[in-house]
Amino acid sequence: MARITFIQPDGTENTVEAEPGMTVMEAAVKNSVRGIAAECGGACACATCHVYVEEKWREATGQPEQMEEDMLDFAFDIRPESRLSCQIKVTEALDGLTVRIPEKQF
Amino acid sequence: MSEDVIKTDAVIIGAGPVGLFAVFELGLVDVKAHVIDILDRPGGQCAELYPEKPIYDVPALAVVTGQELTDRLMEQIKPFGAEFHFSQRVESLERTGDGFRLTTDADTVFECKVVVIAAGGGSFTPKRPPLPGIEQYEGTSVFYSVRKMDAFKDKDVLIVGGGDSALDWTLNLQPVAKSLTLVHRRQEFRAAPASVQKMLELVDSGNIAFKLGQVTELHGDDGQLTGVTVKSPDGSTFEQPTEVMLPFFGLTMKLGPVANWGLNLEENLVPVDTEKFETSEKGIFAIGDINSYPGKLKLILSGFHEAALMAQQAHHYVHPDKKLVFQYTTSSSSLQKKLGVK
Repeated sequence: MARITFIQPDGTENTVEAEPGMTVMEAAVKNSVRGIAAECGGACACATCHVYVEEKWREATGQPEQMEEDMLDFAFDIRPESRLSCQIKVTEALDGLTVRIPEKQF
Repeated sequence: MSEDVIKTDAVIIGAGPVGLFAVFELGLVDVKAHVIDILDRPGGQCAELYPEKPIYDVPALAVVTGQELTDRLMEQIKPFGAEFHFSQRVESLERTGDGFRLTTDADTVFECKVVVIAAGGGSFTPKRPPLPGIEQYEGTSVFYSVRKMDAFKDKDVLIVGGGDSALDWTLNLQPVAKSLTLVHRRQEFRAAPASVQKMLELVDSGNIAFKLGQVTELHGDDGQLTGVTVKSPDGSTFEQPTEVMLPFFGLTMKLGPVANWGLNLEENLVPVDTEKFETSEKGIFAIGDINSYPGKLKLILSGFHEAALMAQQAHHYVHPDKKLVFQYTTSSSSLQKKLGVK
């Protein structure tokens, strides 16, 4: 189990439990976390599950692969810490991961 | 408006897998259909969102991609000769004496006995960048598509994005516009390499400008854009004067005009019964992801089932004097004749 915290733009936090193997997006959707639209259901095809990974977690979550980097072109307010949460696989090592949800997905 | 009204038995709104299979089920019971879709090709979400992604839960196909599923369905429904109307969105749906009249945004008019809404998550519409006040410029200075290139003649045009739409319109509008600037967040582009090459040549020859960054603010008055603020990757900002902005950030699904057709809606879904999959309006059916009923699962296979049951009732409306006898395609010679089996 890994605990993942989502911080809304207004500062409210949701901490959810995620099974290793699922994606951070799935953990959000399963727990009805606001602001993760995930329109394509995790196919890396819509860029509506955009999150900002907290600085200290960026190494553990890794860098986007090219497909994800391309899809980030369709998201807004991209920052160096931008990721699509459907492309971050939960592992035990991500226990405590904190991500911020952007103001709007579109 | 065009005076040529297309008369048919059924109009299917949405050419996703469920809309396509509805052609098949309606065809078996002698209901002829026309299919309308906002995309320029069949497949719906399967074509737009995951053409290359595997689907594992279509019965009898251990794995199939969105595109393969679409291609197979197109093959399967071929015998019924349904006509397709792509790149159009149904704007209005009205009841006439004994059926319905539909009008699309391309002014195509249909008259039919039954309507099948298979619109999935809604119609694909361009994403609107979340920039404060963008609404006031839409349609006057901010455009999400190009209907007539002439509208951009002798204008200072700003295109934002790095995909095929952004690059294609950069290349197409460059000869028309007074000036053209492309803004994209990075040096790499997801667009076709050939388009990127052509764009870079236009930059080299001084015919267009390319600037790295993301638009963060719009400036102007009364719907007339005068410029935008662009944030560079290094965090610095600059002002880019422009009269027109075309942002291309892909598509999102919106329920769209379906909401205005007088149907009962629950959380942007259309409630139906589970015997006929008919909406609150007799003769209007809703199948696939757009409907809701107790226990609903948004699965392609559920949509197929819904299409089959819908077709039974649709037959009653289209052929009220004919009795429908349930038959199997495996053994019925009349069904096989419709399918063109020799």
